[in-house]
Amino acid sequence: MATREAFLAKVRAAQPPARPCPDVPLFNTAGGDLRARFTAVLQAMGGTCVEAATASEVSALIRERFGDAVSIASASLEVPGTRALTADTEPASLQDVDVGVVRARFGVAETGSVWFSEREYVVNALGYIVQHLIVLLDPAHLIDGLQDVYRRDDFRDARYAALVTGPSATADIEGVLIRGAQGVRSLTVVWLAA
Amino acid sequence: MKVALFIPCFIDAFYPEVGIATLELLERFGIEVDYPQEQTCCGQPMANSGAHADAAGAERVFARNFAGYDYIVGPSASCIHHVREHLTAIEQTSEVRKVRANAYELVEFLHDVIGAREFPWAEFPHRVGLHNSCSSLRHLKEASVSEIAATPFSKPRALLERVKGIEFVKPGRPDECCGFGGTFSVTEEPVSVRMGQDKVRDHLNAGAEYIVSGDMSCLMHQQGCAERMKADARFIHIAQVLNGARE
Amino acid sequence: MSRIDHAKAAGAFIKKTEHVAFHDKRLWDLREKRDAQAHGIAEWETLRELASGIKEHTLSHLADYLEQFAAAAEANGVVVHWAATAEEHNALVHEIMSGRGMTTLVKSKSMLTDECKMREYLEPRGITVMETDLGERIQQLDHQDPSHMVVPAVHKLRADVAELFGRTIGTDPKNSDIHYLAESQRMNTRPYFVREKTAGMTGCNFAVAETGTVVVCTNEGNADLSANVPPLHIASIGIEKLIPKVSDLGVFIRMLSRSALGSPITQYTSHFRAPRPGTEMHFILVDHGRSERLAMEDFWYSLKCIRCGACMNTCPVYRRSGGLSYGGTYSGPIGAIINPTFDLKRYSALPFASTLNGSCTNVCPVKINIHEQIYKWRTVIAERHEVPFVKQEVLKMAGRLLASPTLYRATVSSMGGALRHLPNFVLYNPLNIWGKQRELPEAPKLTFHAWYKKNRGGGDGNA
Repeated sequence: MATREAFLAKVRAAQPPARPCPDVPLFNTAGGDLRARFTAVLQAMGGTCVEAATASEVSALIRERFGDAVSIASASLEVPGTRALTADTEPASLQDVDVGVVRARFGVAETGSVWFSEREYVVNALGYIVQHLIVLLDPAHLIDGLQDVYRRDDFRDARYAALVTGPSATADIEGVLIRGAQGVRSLTVVWLAA
Repeated sequence: MKVALFIPCFIDAFYPEVGIATLELLERFGIEVDYPQEQTCCGQPMANSGAHADAAGAERVFARNFAGYDYIVGPSASCIHHVREHLTAIEQTSEVRKVRANAYELVEFLHDVIGAREFPWAEFPHRVGLHNSCSSLRHLKEASVSEIAATPFSKPRALLERVKGIEFVKPGRPDECCGFGGTFSVTEEPVSVRMGQDKVRDHLNAGAEYIVSGDMSCLMHQQGCAERMKADARFIHIAQVLNGARE
Repeated sequence: MSRIDHAKAAGAFIKKTEHVAFHDKRLWDLREKRDAQAHGIAEWETLRELASGIKEHTLSHLADYLEQFAAAAEANGVVVHWAATAEEHNALVHEIMSGRGMTTLVKSKSMLTDECKMREYLEPRGITVMETDLGERIQQLDHQDPSHMVVPAVHKLRADVAELFGRTIGTDPKNSDIHYLAESQRMNTRPYFVREKTAGMTGCNFAVAETGTVVVCTNEGNADLSANVPPLHIASIGIEKLIPKVSDLGVFIRMLSRSALGSPITQYTSHFRAPRPGTEMHFILVDHGRSERLAMEDFWYSLKCIRCGACMNTCPVYRRSGGLSYGGTYSGPIGAIINPTFDLKRYSALPFASTLNGSCTNVCPVKINIHEQIYKWRTVIAERHEVPFVKQEVLKMAGRLLASPTLYRATVSSMGGALRHLPNFVLYNPLNIWGKQRELPEAPKLTFHAWYKKNRGGGDGNA
């Protein structure tokens, strides 16, 4: 493409003299109890953590909190939804769903984040278009920090990957914190072994 | 050691007592101090306005007056910073380089070169808000700054701490700029004044009777604001306190 | 275009006492939160050094990294476009959308699209643009630039938003409850994500050359909705966003939100590498003056910017001026060094809207030497005779006065003269201005020079 060649030529001509790329080391981390650290940071970011022994406990938890008439779209085979969810489901069709359920591939202790790709979500929009998100997380799948997360291969295969930390939020008006800006109003991590 | 006294132009014109205190203070340590009488200005007002080439004349005079000294000491961090970092409108002969490298702000000189820590003649029984100018902090690195985690240190404070009776207050934003900024004080008058008022208020709310600084330009600005605000604050240069001024 | 009068605009903002007090307090609070995060990480200063080094390396090899990025993206099924100018970018967006019969664009925050004035281009051509970020939406409805990179409406108070929303989206203008206002925007915006004939657009915080991935950081989740609901996702990417490898994100993502808001990470950190099956993903790489800036020996470092806004939060001038007083997409310290590259005359006052205190440089996560660039810009502006407050001739005269010991002495020596003829004051005719809200210093009986002559004798052997 003529445009592309001219574009790159202009950039190349403008470049300052070459600088080497620094080596990025792995830094010592806080270590310690990953689950406790994760929980503390997630709570500060507006999320909550609960425990469940079985998947059916999760269903009970949802009904208890949101009522029996709750609509659920579940990307997890463990927890049944009231709405079918397949790779062919139109994202927009989920706009009236109350609760989404999805299992995270792993969590990050440093930031209280959970990680999803299209494989976990089944429908990517699930994580954002529903009103509340329930995240299943195996406590054995906790990674210390972002420096470790970004050395993993998970990002290479994923078409879409997200580190999600607590519910949607904004403080754009007078610095007042609002939960549930455009995305989910609440995010609950349920400790449940995979 | 051959020591020369550099008196910034506005101290010469408005605050000669600061220059006198600086001279007397150095002499108290047994230092023989020359005052090159042909000195004018370091060139900062032109350079900071972008008129780099127009600063050359003043810089030439500076280099000429202070050639041959082991130490050039001046009671102004912003001026000394200019000499060390930006006196570049003139040819950088080895003489010019030496002058630039040998320029010291008063606190630096006392703390690092003389190693002065005791001021037995000094007494200042007042509550003091210590104002370290941005030049002294971020350019001359005379104290740690709140943006960067480090073992806290402060050369001005280390000197003042030894003064009998002195008490330090803790303002809420100890190292926020006070808003003088040289030409800024006039070209951006509304913001400059607002910053000065906020700074004075911060010190007063912390209980300061005096605001002490190594930079008279900051104090000139803050005092100007304080007087118009009818705020009960007094201002004094660190040289004066260390030299024994009681008020 | 005429010169932006920063001082005048700042003065007007300061008169709004409630606004300026809140603005200053809110942003200082973000600065303090940043401090807490930064001080809590032992390797923070090392991370800054690494982030700076990675960016400088990348920018010095930018063409290669752009080629690597584009090749990887295309292999992933992404369509890559090259826009040399803002106009080309806007035309491409229009072409992509209209070619598919799309008439609505939902988008998350992108300073680049503000820079390109994309909305002004698309809306007359029949495309509805919905800014989904609450702060950007407020500014869109009010026909204003964002005033801050991260919190675009920080210069407004709740009553302003209530009045605005009442006028534009039909809320109760008297109800300034912030939860009510935010909920109203959520409900007003939400239908657009699921509308037909809608495309989604995001900006880009980081473009990873290794994998062709675009990384977008938000707190609202609006980027994820914009990208994952509509069947078309367009990402507008300034070429300076390139970083070499996925692992480099382990440095940058650790620093971005900590610097911006004092939180360890944004609520959403999203990585877009390939389109969902059956949908399209387009990347538009944009130059728009960046290669010109890259060629500037003193000023290319500003391209390291990762748009955290920490410089704005710490800047005592910005906090009391408000971002709109800078008159451009970018404001505060980073604005002062970027904007003159777009239009030197128009933005010539910005490098002088600074006390050169250097706090910005200390908080910048990629160690841009902001205050040093501000200083250098002043020289460039003076060379082009565009110093806003004084004529070149006056600076020359002052220079001559200070170069002559005799002339200088004569000027300063008299008691009355001292006040009127001090070098700074020669430059700026300032007594009226200084004295507006400040007392003038008293003129002493003797200058230091005269005192010395009288009490210590003349002559020290120097010329």
